[in-house]
Amino acid sequence: MNLTLKIWRQKNANDKGKMVDYKISDISPDMSFLEMLDVLNEQLINSGDEPVAFDHDCREGICGMCSLYINGEAHGPDRGVTTCQLHMRMFNDGDTIFIEPFRAKAFPVIKDLVVDRSSFDRIQHAGGFISVNTSGNTIDANAIPVNKENADDAFSAATCIGCGACVASCKNSSAMLFVGAKVSQFALLPQGQVEATDRVLNMVKQMDEEGFGNCTNTGACEVECPKGISLENIARMNREYLAASLKG
Amino acid sequence: MALDSKIPQGPIADKWTNYKNHIDLVNPANKRNIDVIVVGTGLAGGSAAATLAELGYNVKAFCFQDSPRRAHSIAAQGGINAAKNYQGDGDSTYRLFYDTVKGGDYRSREANVYRLAEVSANIIDQCVAQGVPFAREYGGLLDNRSFGGVLVSRTFYAAGQTGQQLLLGAYSAMNRQIGRGKIKMYNRHEMLDVVKVDGKARGIITRNLITGEIERHSAHAVVLGTGGYGNVFFLSTNAMGSNVTAAWKAHKRGAYFANPCYTQIHPTCIPVSGDHQSKLTLMSESLRNDGRIWVPKHMKDVEAIKAGTLKPKDLAEEDRDYYLERRYPAFGNLVPRDVASRAAKERCDAGYGVNATGEAVFLDFASAIERYGKEQATVRHLDVNDAALVKKLGQEVVKNKYGNLFQMYEKIVDQDPYNTPMMIYPAVHYTMGGVWVDYNLMTTVPGLYCIGEANFSDHGANRLGASALMQGLADGYFVLPYTIGDYLSNDIRTGPISTDSKEFEEAEKEVREKIEFFVTNKGQHSVDYFHKRLGKIMWNKVGMSRNVQGLTEAISEIKALRAQFWKEVSVPGSSDELNEELAKAGRVADFLELGELFAKDALHREESAGGHFREDAVELDGEQKGEAKRDDENFAYVAAWEYKGEPSDAILHKEQLEFNDIELKQRSYK
Repeated sequence: MNLTLKIWRQKNANDKGKMVDYKISDISPDMSFLEMLDVLNEQLINSGDEPVAFDHDCREGICGMCSLYINGEAHGPDRGVTTCQLHMRMFNDGDTIFIEPFRAKAFPVIKDLVVDRSSFDRIQHAGGFISVNTSGNTIDANAIPVNKENADDAFSAATCIGCGACVASCKNSSAMLFVGAKVSQFALLPQGQVEATDRVLNMVKQMDEEGFGNCTNTGACEVECPKGISLENIARMNREYLAASLKG
Repeated sequence: MALDSKIPQGPIADKWTNYKNHIDLVNPANKRNIDVIVVGTGLAGGSAAATLAELGYNVKAFCFQDSPRRAHSIAAQGGINAAKNYQGDGDSTYRLFYDTVKGGDYRSREANVYRLAEVSANIIDQCVAQGVPFAREYGGLLDNRSFGGVLVSRTFYAAGQTGQQLLLGAYSAMNRQIGRGKIKMYNRHEMLDVVKVDGKARGIITRNLITGEIERHSAHAVVLGTGGYGNVFFLSTNAMGSNVTAAWKAHKRGAYFANPCYTQIHPTCIPVSGDHQSKLTLMSESLRNDGRIWVPKHMKDVEAIKAGTLKPKDLAEEDRDYYLERRYPAFGNLVPRDVASRAAKERCDAGYGVNATGEAVFLDFASAIERYGKEQATVRHLDVNDAALVKKLGQEVVKNKYGNLFQMYEKIVDQDPYNTPMMIYPAVHYTMGGVWVDYNLMTTVPGLYCIGEANFSDHGANRLGASALMQGLADGYFVLPYTIGDYLSNDIRTGPISTDSKEFEEAEKEVREKIEFFVTNKGQHSVDYFHKRLGKIMWNKVGMSRNVQGLTEAISEIKALRAQFWKEVSVPGSSDELNEELAKAGRVADFLELGELFAKDALHREESAGGHFREDAVELDGEQKGEAKRDDENFAYVAAWEYKGEPSDAILHKEQLEFNDIELKQRSYK
């Protein structure tokens, strides 16, 4: 395949940045999107240019490191995949592909396609945990049975990989799907109940402070989420938040 | 220096308890005056950082990713073992200990493995308390499954994403401590050297990967939880950033490197599709519970399948060679990883590989789909002779068990595994070798600890499934927090460690010089060019099977490649910015040294053990004819290498392994 790539280049956080055109040829449909970028970078290095910076690590869809806004969609045109699992067979010979970073106020650009998602970490520091010490002197794991449905739902919420596609897809740059997933995981388990009130209040407060927008129930986040995290998690977080606010 | 494993005296079942009763403790008020550095935030590093902070030490944690949550432990799929015996099927601490030592081909340290088995049950309690959503049964209790090489169901799991859930558990424990100010977290930082003051590890030199700033960090002790070095092969199931740099720098500062040639080759990975490939994808070993592995019996069918004129599912049953079931009737498709991998290679080397490159075998779910379908039809009182119905019902069952894996396969290969057999081939997965540690998990450098995959102690020459997660968390949550306290009790009067000493200055200078070299050297080849070439040498000559000639060639080829690298490598960009090529250059430089030591270690070990198959160490006759031959008389030791400049000058130290509680036996899966 021969392709034209239009890629966002930005030297650093202070640079203005611009789209730059690149031609690339002999791309196999079996390549992943990131492998296609590897080929481009090899070309750039060999011709004395600087390669395009992009985030990636596990390349099997689980670490949540890869990002990229491709032709106007987070993680590109395929559904239920991260960029590392997006394959070039999703494109046609002669295509022009637009590649941009995940844009959101709370995700400042570091360089080219790399953004800073540490705001997600800070939301977790505010309450994304159960306060149990790590000594191992806890009660036997089977001492508290958990309804299978709740356990399964908690697991589904917990499969969020923290990639930020929800934020990038949202017209308001809201982080409600991400935070909702984390709140839900603990809200559904008996272990998380004791500090449920503080957790949701603290996490939402931090989310607002980080500069994420509000949720207007557009649902783009759910559509673009590579792990199929459901909007139900936002609803559950809202219920938890309301209950906590009334208590508080 | 003689190796002292510091294994406590007394019966194996009492060693850990006695040890804990007699070590020195640090008073809580004094812990506040002690700093500990933890490098790496996967299962081992993350759990260690959280627990040390919980105990009251001041922890500085470092990872090269943008968040600890992305450490590669997150990619582990299958599960975590624990001797809970919830199923009442006869499991016990001893049995987990026994299986692990046997599965490791008797090349691990008995006392460490027993301790691992002993604390395993606590791990599950701890993780559940932290909100890790393990799979449950309808009664609300935890579910278990079984894994290769084992006769009990002791594996706890969270669908095919157990590593993710356990890592997020450790990450949340870290978050709590970061929120309390007890852990200072340094994301996107890479450790580039260990600093020793008066012979003790007292700090590290790091590079901030965003700004390029070189920083000095001091502490009373340094812990490495930096994972394995499988990326020395370029293609592996490891994350792209996984590297050996921290462990290798520790080695250069005096930490012995043990059994570098012990690599686990995982049998069920998606095969390589072309030269563009950047990494390999693992399909969980749990697939072998239901998938049958085969290649065609006749060469004409191999060719027809390759040419696309014959669909694999149309090949008659009698024309298929279910080679694992043929060779190993007792364990069949569930033989341990090293055995399954070698058998696949044997068939492909003989020309029976089924894809374009000739390096793939089939993993077929057709019989499982039919079996489950018939079962479901019977249960629901439907027609068991309705083939379409049976297939549909069977596919539903298989989807419930392995759906996420099947979907992943389909996305990558563009074939529907419900309707055509998957293609798989072995790939480099996990390294059992690593930094040598004693029973305290301390390296040969006082105050420098090494935990998880980065150390060598618990898995021997081959790792059983679901035991890596167990070791990472055992080390981090339950072992290191005790053993490091014993060491730190001597440091309560030391006070803060200055980073102005000449040792820090010199270490920083060396780091800077290397970085300066890379960004000013105007060579003609990219870093990847060298990494790929190293990978090819490693895979072809130091990979699944090895011989004297190949290993000797590999050593001189790696040496030559390294010399070329230092002349011709090209790193664009500057050192004071985010520069992925610069970071990679440093890592590949270390792989080029480790690779040679790896081959040297493989050359000296004239036996087959675990994933390490020496072509001249093979059973010649009897029931085990053609199988790997271990040599306990001459090689029942840990090979610990001391750095002396060039890898070829490394000096071998032997830690003789003693087996007092387990009899060394031939591993037979016939």
